[in-house]
Amino acid sequence: MFVCYGVLVMLHPNIGLLLNGFNEHLLPTRQEIMKWNGWGYSDSKFLFNKKGQAEFTGKRYRLSGMILPSLQDWFENTFGASVKQHKSPATPSLNAGALPPANLNEAFLQDLTATGIPFSHEADDRVFRAHGHCLHEIFALREGRGFQRVPDMVTWPNCHNDVVKIVELACKHNVCVIPYGGGTSVTGALECPPEEMRCIVSLDTSQMNRILWIDEKNLVARIEAGIIGQDLERLLNEGGYCTGHEPDSMEFSSLGGWVATRASGMKKNVYGNIEDLVVHIKVVTPRGVMEKSCQGPRMSTGPDVHHFILGSEGTLGVVTEVTMKIRPIPEYRKYGSVVFPNFEAGVACLREVAKQRCAPASIRLMDNEQFQFGHALKPQVSSIFTSFVEGLKKFYITKFKGFDPHQLCVATLLFEGDRERVLQHEKQVYDIAAKFGGLAAGEDNGQRGYILTFVIAYLRDLGLDYYVVAESFETSVPWDRVLDLCRNVKERIIRECKERGVQFQPLTSCRVTQTYDAGACVYFYFAFNYRGLADPVHTYEQVEHAARDEILANGGSLSHHHGVGKLRKEWMKESISDVGLGMLRSVKEYVDPDNIFGNRNLL
Amino acid sequence: MASTTLYSQRDPMLKKRDDFEDILEERRNSSDLKYAVRCYAPVLYKGLTPCKANMLKSMVLQSDHLRYVINQVSQESGEAPDIIHEEASVILEEMAHRLKISTVRFFAFTLTKAFKTLFQHICVNEEGIHRLQQAIQEHPVVLLPSHRSYMDFLLMSYILYTYDLALPVIAAGMDFMGMKFIGEMLRMSGAFFIRRSFGGDKLYWAVFSEYVKTMLRNGFAPIEFFLEGTRSRTCKSLTPKIGLLNIVMEPFFKGEVFDVHLVPISISYERILEESLYARELLGVPKPKESTSGLLKARRILSENYGSIHVYFGQPVSIRSLAQDKVNRCKYNLVPRHIPRKPTKETQSFVTDTAYRIVRLQEDSMVLKPWVLMASILLQNLEGLELSLLTEQTLWLRGLAQSCGAFLDWPDHTPSAKVVSSSLALHRGLVCVSGGRVSLVLGEPQGLVTPEEALFNRAVSVLSCASYRNQILHVFIRPAILAVAIHNAASSKKDEVFNCFSFLCKMFSDEFILCPGDTVQDFEEACYLLVKSGSVQTLQQNIVVTDRGQSTLSFLNGLLESFLQGYQLFSTLVLGNLNMFSDKCPVEGTI
Repeated sequence: MFVCYGVLVMLHPNIGLLLNGFNEHLLPTRQEIMKWNGWGYSDSKFLFNKKGQAEFTGKRYRLSGMILPSLQDWFENTFGASVKQHKSPATPSLNAGALPPANLNEAFLQDLTATGIPFSHEADDRVFRAHGHCLHEIFALREGRGFQRVPDMVTWPNCHNDVVKIVELACKHNVCVIPYGGGTSVTGALECPPEEMRCIVSLDTSQMNRILWIDEKNLVARIEAGIIGQDLERLLNEGGYCTGHEPDSMEFSSLGGWVATRASGMKKNVYGNIEDLVVHIKVVTPRGVMEKSCQGPRMSTGPDVHHFILGSEGTLGVVTEVTMKIRPIPEYRKYGSVVFPNFEAGVACLREVAKQRCAPASIRLMDNEQFQFGHALKPQVSSIFTSFVEGLKKFYITKFKGFDPHQLCVATLLFEGDRERVLQHEKQVYDIAAKFGGLAAGEDNGQRGYILTFVIAYLRDLGLDYYVVAESFETSVPWDRVLDLCRNVKERIIRECKERGVQFQPLTSCRVTQTYDAGACVYFYFAFNYRGLADPVHTYEQVEHAARDEILANGGSLSHHHGVGKLRKEWMKESISDVGLGMLRSVKEYVDPDNIFGNRNLL
Repeated sequence: MASTTLYSQRDPMLKKRDDFEDILEERRNSSDLKYAVRCYAPVLYKGLTPCKANMLKSMVLQSDHLRYVINQVSQESGEAPDIIHEEASVILEEMAHRLKISTVRFFAFTLTKAFKTLFQHICVNEEGIHRLQQAIQEHPVVLLPSHRSYMDFLLMSYILYTYDLALPVIAAGMDFMGMKFIGEMLRMSGAFFIRRSFGGDKLYWAVFSEYVKTMLRNGFAPIEFFLEGTRSRTCKSLTPKIGLLNIVMEPFFKGEVFDVHLVPISISYERILEESLYARELLGVPKPKESTSGLLKARRILSENYGSIHVYFGQPVSIRSLAQDKVNRCKYNLVPRHIPRKPTKETQSFVTDTAYRIVRLQEDSMVLKPWVLMASILLQNLEGLELSLLTEQTLWLRGLAQSCGAFLDWPDHTPSAKVVSSSLALHRGLVCVSGGRVSLVLGEPQGLVTPEEALFNRAVSVLSCASYRNQILHVFIRPAILAVAIHNAASSKKDEVFNCFSFLCKMFSDEFILCPGDTVQDFEEACYLLVKSGSVQTLQQNIVVTDRGQSTLSFLNGLLESFLQGYQLFSTLVLGNLNMFSDKCPVEGTI
């Protein structure tokens, strides 16, 4: 049914970080090379081999095929887990019998067949699109429990017009449509509402993955919204361009998904977040197609209608095409890192960098826990010499400089631009860091920090094999509250775990992952060993709920870039006020009075 | 969590309390000098930013909060910011403590000597000390002792030093600073001095509140102050002042600390050093000014026996758990945290509520001596009564008090006659036994006394005695108000009794610790206690006194009689001579 274009292309330097060697283009049915019950590619996973050493399988990543000698110790010490004794393996395959039968709308099916747009109601296809990557979703899959409600069928439109047809038919036959892009949601946004009685159609945008044109005079490109981040970047790279939008999920998330959730990329300091990058959006709604009539760079035409769509989380329609800014690929790129004696000094430095508006493409500050975590992922050193150098470095920092290895933390940096400027920029940043007691700690440490970002989701699957549940969440917060918020949220998590009977000390870790003029984005990791708990997912959810309450009480936002989905709906009212919520509701009521886009996110 | 302990349990009989240890015992058997110079290494707050007392000052002066207020004051007054800054610095200098371990050791030495002469025992609940020790490591801690005597804060520091706990910094009234040398000694043992009133002085308030908050945020030391604001001259808890409590809660509301723990501490004296002083003060003899020479003159008290002291360290109360669902911290998100703002209504009522609850917790763990029961009975029999009758009634009252949850220190395995007689002996300044009859001492009989002096002396005895009776009021106050309400309500209908009860609560809101807004709860508690003791029955919508309840109710009525008379007398006076009472309200604490 589908054409497979196995194109071989030059690797984008940053993708090179993720992908080792050549990589075939993602198949149109990506689910064939993806895990059905975990993160990412089926061939890539962490495991403890027979010798008890950790390794990362596959060939796709820099870490692939490598032995990670210190991971097991870190893992067992941090969580009180035991690699040998306490395993909690996943059920090997999907039990199609546990699936609710497809509730098909015959009339809709008939009309859809007439259009020639492909569709399916195979169990695998339906389950694959019934979830994102929240802990409770993955946990349910691993236990073979499945979901109460899944899409009744999946359809693959090939272009904007196909989407128009599908939406028209959905309205005509009163069918519920849930758009599906990369499936990397972590807010429960893809879950089907259990109370939905109508036929639910998952509208998979993966076939709308072309770059329609590139306009080099204005440096914009017209792109179909189903394109996956890494494909977009690679295709643009062929012509010497990039978007610079690199969310941590870029291997799997789609352009349409970015728009629908107000995504943020790690290099936003240079390129901007998705709302800064988008010039034009075409969206198909039950009321019809909405788009602006020109591509002017800024308009004063009332409230920006794009902002109804940005962050609408699939409740208003399907984004089909986007005009996005592009930039020439930077000539030079350099990683870097700075060690600080403690987190406070690091935050003060980042604040100063933001004040002077000289943030590199990316600047992130990991706390001590994350620094140690990063160290546990160090591959086996290739020669005695490198280990000797590493040892010297460690000695210098902890002994000579008097840094406490249980206090110090690391900022990772990524500079981009022409060589001259990068070097100049680098000096400026290191000079500021020095004022806060920061010590340059080399390119390697910086690079390792960014690798961690891409493999962390794989690590959760490893944890799940050994009774450890883990999740991440984020917020944005004014500068003066960053430290208080981090401390209080971590403390709250530890207390809540204790009160809810978690028998092992949880891991709580955070990093300041983005800087802004008026504040920062903070990203938390949180994991614990659930041995002895009756309902670990429920316990986990209660703790995360408390952590979010704590974030809000400390002046943090409900979300910086993950979105609201169903997970954080209950806080929307206090976050944006009754009137604010009413405004959003009235838009929904006008655009989609019959709730065709019935995923029930956000509102 | 800790919050549950705040609400009195359904049955006060079941209250669990810790045992006491006498800390003087060891002192009597080992060297005081060794004790004073021993190694002192207390556990500290885990989030402590180590700093010296001097660094604290500069942190305060450079804080955003103070800088903001200095600019504001400068704009309002037209004075240059530098000058205002200088003013702030002077205020801080006058206020700040200079905690020094050497001074504390000096006090440890001298106080041991004094305590050993003055008191038989100083009893401390060690479990409370262990709880405190844990709390100090986890969170900033605020110590909230009851306040009956000048001794209180020296005693507190003394105990903490004894148990190797972090020494507190103590908010003290400016009066002490007048004492040359001693004032400075107190300062070096951790006292910081605040003016009694600075209502409108923005700068003073800013310096003061920032000073306290800085110490709290840094975990410099436990902060100690007296919720009651001043020593209670009547041994009846005073209604709490919420200013300082507000200040120590703010860092939690604003997310600057994860939590703050409040530790209620009940200090009960068998005999208060200032006993006769207080009675005279209440009768209008001016309070002697705090002075070093005055202190030296007061040496003569060293020759007297003041019985024992009980110090009960209550369960630390987490502000975080108390505030849950009561204070929405998000409200602090929209204004920079260094800009001072009036607390919202919601916050204010939370703080007030907490203050009352803490004072009630203090009251609950006050140790009551048999003499307190006897004084209550004697006051209802001013003409005196037979010793045997007194003993009998004391035992009856003991039963009633215990069923209402009183924390009685009644000696075990001692015949009751012995208990009564030894109490009488300890308080022989107040009572005399002649011919098997017990009565209050009515002034010195020998010498020439004018009738005015005789009356005055009599009043001193009655008031001193009343101050002992007052110690047990918190146990009986709710049932007593109910008894008065039953007595005065037009019918026995529950509604009418409640209305009367509620009126009395409102009227007595400054007299007793009755948390505003708790009237319904208080009413239920009172009903529960009286029903349980078999004094009343609730029949459908009526509250009926039983036969055997008559004596209980008449005792309870008698307990409040003098208060009611006082209020009545005063209002008659005021209504009759409105213009006579233009400025000062003399009723405050007269009974």
